[in-house]
Amino acid sequence: MTLPQTVRINEIFDETRTVRTFVLDAEVQKAEPGQFVMLWLPGVDEKPISIAHPAPLTLTVARVGPFSTALHECKVGDRVGWRGPYGRGFSLRKDRPALLVAGGYGAAPLYFLATYAIECSVPTTVALGARRADDLIYVDRFRSLGIELILATDDGSVGHKGYVTDAILQFLTSNPQCSNLQPALYACGPELMLVALHRLCREHGIPGQLSVERYMKCGFGICGQCALDGYLVCQDGPVFDVGQLDGLSDFGRTRRSATGRRLPIQQPVTGNQR
Amino acid sequence: MAADLTTTLCGVRLPNPTILSSGILGLSHEIMVRVAQAGAGGVTTKSCSLKPRAGYPNPTILDWGPGLINAVGLSNPGIEVMVEEIQAAREQLAPLGVPVIASIFADTIYDFGTVARFISEAEPDLIEVNISCPNINSHYLQMFAADPYVAAQVTRRVKRNTDVPVLVKLSPNVTDIVEIAQAVVEAGADGITAINTLGPGLILDIETCRPVLYHETGGVSGPAIHPIAVRCVRDICRAVDVPVVAVGGVTSGRDVVEMILVGATAVGIGSAVHYRGIEVFREVCEEVREYMERHGYGRVEEFRGKAMR
Repeated sequence: MTLPQTVRINEIFDETRTVRTFVLDAEVQKAEPGQFVMLWLPGVDEKPISIAHPAPLTLTVARVGPFSTALHECKVGDRVGWRGPYGRGFSLRKDRPALLVAGGYGAAPLYFLATYAIECSVPTTVALGARRADDLIYVDRFRSLGIELILATDDGSVGHKGYVTDAILQFLTSNPQCSNLQPALYACGPELMLVALHRLCREHGIPGQLSVERYMKCGFGICGQCALDGYLVCQDGPVFDVGQLDGLSDFGRTRRSATGRRLPIQQPVTGNQR
Repeated sequence: MAADLTTTLCGVRLPNPTILSSGILGLSHEIMVRVAQAGAGGVTTKSCSLKPRAGYPNPTILDWGPGLINAVGLSNPGIEVMVEEIQAAREQLAPLGVPVIASIFADTIYDFGTVARFISEAEPDLIEVNISCPNINSHYLQMFAADPYVAAQVTRRVKRNTDVPVLVKLSPNVTDIVEIAQAVVEAGADGITAINTLGPGLILDIETCRPVLYHETGGVSGPAIHPIAVRCVRDICRAVDVPVVAVGGVTSGRDVVEMILVGATAVGIGSAVHYRGIEVFREVCEEVREYMERHGYGRVEEFRGKAMR
């Protein structure tokens, strides 16, 4: 049975002007980094949200549409529903160093992966990209794990000026360790960043896993709404190996709205465009 | 000799009697191809209307244990997109010998004919007319399935607008499903699909005292409704001479056999995709084959309707 369980919000943190973290009075058993829960606001909507931390269940959500705006209006003590965990998460390779790459709020599920990588003693580097310094999230949390951080901002207000993909290309070519043993790459963020990382992984022979976002209804593989070519993002993903994404016509190009029409990809997936 | 599962439905050959039911996965040709590769004998598209519909906000589909409950609200990308999807699906499924059934609905009797005419351009193997979705606020759709006179008018309108064989999908939420079945057959239906979801039902979150579905009520499917579906199919098969596609909580080979024993020609599988995954089609066919071999049946016809004799 997977009816949503409604629980109280125990804590709320502001991450940036538009991103907030919600700690729920719930624990997700057997969650894998990269998996998601369906988060329900009664009377509003229900959306897939990646798990930032499983116990207590912690979710980091950017304000992008009506659902996330309503969530941001919630106060500590309000009740929200959740069901899950769903989907295929990241599968950590223990034979290679880990390079985690996040764009914007994609940092949240990678924080869950980073805590697991450190538990497994896998050497881990995290690259975080955002528009400007105050859009970066989770920097202190990653630092407190003792992880090496690469930062990139579009305006150069902190770290590398430009895309995070350029910053990691520099890291890969300048780091002598990387020429001996290529790291495995794990990424979550805007789809156009994932497309660039897909290309980078294929060109440099780096094993990569990318977390893809799509509008969802059921979350458990029967409605077909989240189809990415022949894959169901809710079940076959959201995390895909780069090889699975080779030659797909939807990846980086189109996503489905609530009607099921294909729309061009330019912005975060809210599903509210009809 | 291995048991032969091939079945003929309204003149269309199916490699086996299992069909992907409407509303499950049938939104894009890529996924329909995957379902066919997983062993389905036929695939039905998500119900399509003239214009795109967003349906209801989530939650729209939930697993409540003994079954699913859904109020998707007939979301679909509209007829132009579905025509393209059906054409692409047809092209890729033809080599597998798996037919495509186009499910259609409309708000008015007149528009049922228009949708049928448009969708026929995609040359689906069969058209399934959905007159029985329980989740629409307007009284239209419930009325279509609940009134034998209206159900017959819809059927006639569709038949007048297409040469493709027509199945009419009936609702169990009526006093006498047989009366409706007889009316649509008299009006020219080539076959019947039964049953659509039961209800609508209502499930609450008892902490917040709110319905769990956005739309509050939703159609109930899955194992919970299977015995009701078997009874409806038996009653319909007794009363009419057209083929029946039996749908309702079929999750195993025994459920398929049960439907065939009461006279079904083919059997829809929907919610079981959740319980057993997309591979359910191949697995269920294997279970039917085992049953046939145990009973010495070479072909499905040898036990079709055996419970009715």
